[in-house]
Amino acid sequence: MGMTIAEKILARASGRRSVSPGEIVEAKVDVVMVNDITAPLAVEALKEIGVDRVWSPSQVVVVFDHQAPPTTIEGARDHVMLREFVVEQRISNFYDVNEGICHEILPEKGFALPGRLIVGADSHTCTYGAFGCFATGIGSTDAAAVLATGKLWFRVPETMRIAVEGKFRKRVSPKDLILKIIGEVGADGATYRSVEFAGEGLRNISMAGRMTICNMGVEMGAKAAIVPPDKLTVKYLKGRAKGKYDLVYSDEDAAFVEELSYDLDGVEPMVACPHSVDNVRPVREVEGIKVDQAFLGSCTNGRMEDLVEAARIIRNRKISPHVRMIVVPASREVYMDALNRGILKVFVKAGAIVESPSCAACMGGHIGILGPGEVSVSSSNRNFRGRQGSKDAEIYLASPATVAASAVKGQITDPRAIR
Amino acid sequence: MPKAWVFGDDVNTDVIIAGRYLVKRDPEELAKHVMEAIDPSFASKVKKGDVIVAGKNFGCGSSREHAPIALKAAGVSAIVAESFARIFYRNAINQGLPALVCRGVRNEFNTGDEIEVVLREGLIRNLTTGKLLRAQPMPEFILEILNSGGLLPYLKAKKNSIKEQFKRSRILMFSEG
Repeated sequence: MGMTIAEKILARASGRRSVSPGEIVEAKVDVVMVNDITAPLAVEALKEIGVDRVWSPSQVVVVFDHQAPPTTIEGARDHVMLREFVVEQRISNFYDVNEGICHEILPEKGFALPGRLIVGADSHTCTYGAFGCFATGIGSTDAAAVLATGKLWFRVPETMRIAVEGKFRKRVSPKDLILKIIGEVGADGATYRSVEFAGEGLRNISMAGRMTICNMGVEMGAKAAIVPPDKLTVKYLKGRAKGKYDLVYSDEDAAFVEELSYDLDGVEPMVACPHSVDNVRPVREVEGIKVDQAFLGSCTNGRMEDLVEAARIIRNRKISPHVRMIVVPASREVYMDALNRGILKVFVKAGAIVESPSCAACMGGHIGILGPGEVSVSSSNRNFRGRQGSKDAEIYLASPATVAASAVKGQITDPRAIR
Repeated sequence: MPKAWVFGDDVNTDVIIAGRYLVKRDPEELAKHVMEAIDPSFASKVKKGDVIVAGKNFGCGSSREHAPIALKAAGVSAIVAESFARIFYRNAINQGLPALVCRGVRNEFNTGDEIEVVLREGLIRNLTTGKLLRAQPMPEFILEILNSGGLLPYLKAKKNSIKEQFKRSRILMFSEG
């Protein structure tokens, strides 16, 4: 019996010739990531069990993004503690408040490589699957276990395959596809599973788009979301990859627990309505809902092509006077690129606010908090009640194009309506 | 007698403890805001030993271990749900908060019903209605972790080499689903 990508990676990392779903393996982790919200608990746990040294400093990545720069004394206190930790542990892969969101940093800096096994103390670690690796989110205590030993036990997941064909129509993007999938599969439709994407349509989806898709795998419960590597993957990694990597593919006779397929041409702008990620409808069905805040950013949609797509709509227009549009590039690299290409100017000129790279409004612990009764249209990944501030606020998740169109019109708007 | 607090499907970690409180790592401080977004009175009303009964996919969303920490510090002694999200489940056990999978449990309880949870046997009893349910049994190793108060106290108590200790945590994964 053949193996899927997830099975092959877990087999290699656990030193076995093969594994099958349901099996328990102890695997060597290639990279572990912790951020400023999850690292403090992991560091405390390490101290509690009396571990003085992390197992391999070069395989540890620490990123400050949730409180970057800090907006609270507690956040600043944690940064002080973690900076001391990385010095003491000789962790050189440390990205301070000026660098960006962890899930953008690991790919940019070449840690997210095909065939690798990556764990991160952040649920959206599954983003790296866009590069053909097995990447999954863990808690802080489990992260401490990895920091101490470099290993973690995994239950080999069943793999579910989603094939895509065709090409997105104008103003429709990977975000719309993943929202559509989650709406159909449900918030727990892929729980414990690895989701492997396939099909000719993948060739028409950029690395940024694949990251958007894999990023939201966890919103349907997936343990990992994986896109098989191709020319685009290799091209992105040129000059970035930290070390060699293996391109891993599923065998022809690999077993999939469920198979779905989507035609990209048939996807239209979608939105996840309050208060759950699987409450998904076409944008046209909810057009007209008044918007108070439009957030363009996050590890889901804060990359260059997201900013470019939004800027196309906003150029030579004004943000609606009753809307706060907050634009946050996902990393310093994206920020610089957008600066050099004049994209940030488009936003500022239109009346939007541009902030430095961070998680920002996505998780309600930093800037861009919503007040009671307010409505947000957001390019991020979760619309849970209270996620971005008041529990009496409402969050609509949408693509960068829909966020931009809605910011201009002051109400939820199908981006195809803007010429 | 402990009381049941009944919640629906997809109770996510943001409503368990909102992002803005994560910088407050003190468990008591986190406990003051637990479940705030769905029931602002929960934190002040929940009594030590009470049990959360929920639908499917409990704990979906973020990997924040603050979620089980906050629930435990608020006095919650166990969570019995139709199913759990993957990361939350591991975090709860690691924090010493029993998480039991019990099909059909949600419809057998109303908030305020008296509840008894017998961990070892996986028995869930509604003392108000007299109904008895059976949760998926927990392996011995999980019971040991839970009895120690979490993975870290368990490890310290065992005083084995770290490597060996974490090796044993594989049993955790058997109950993953």
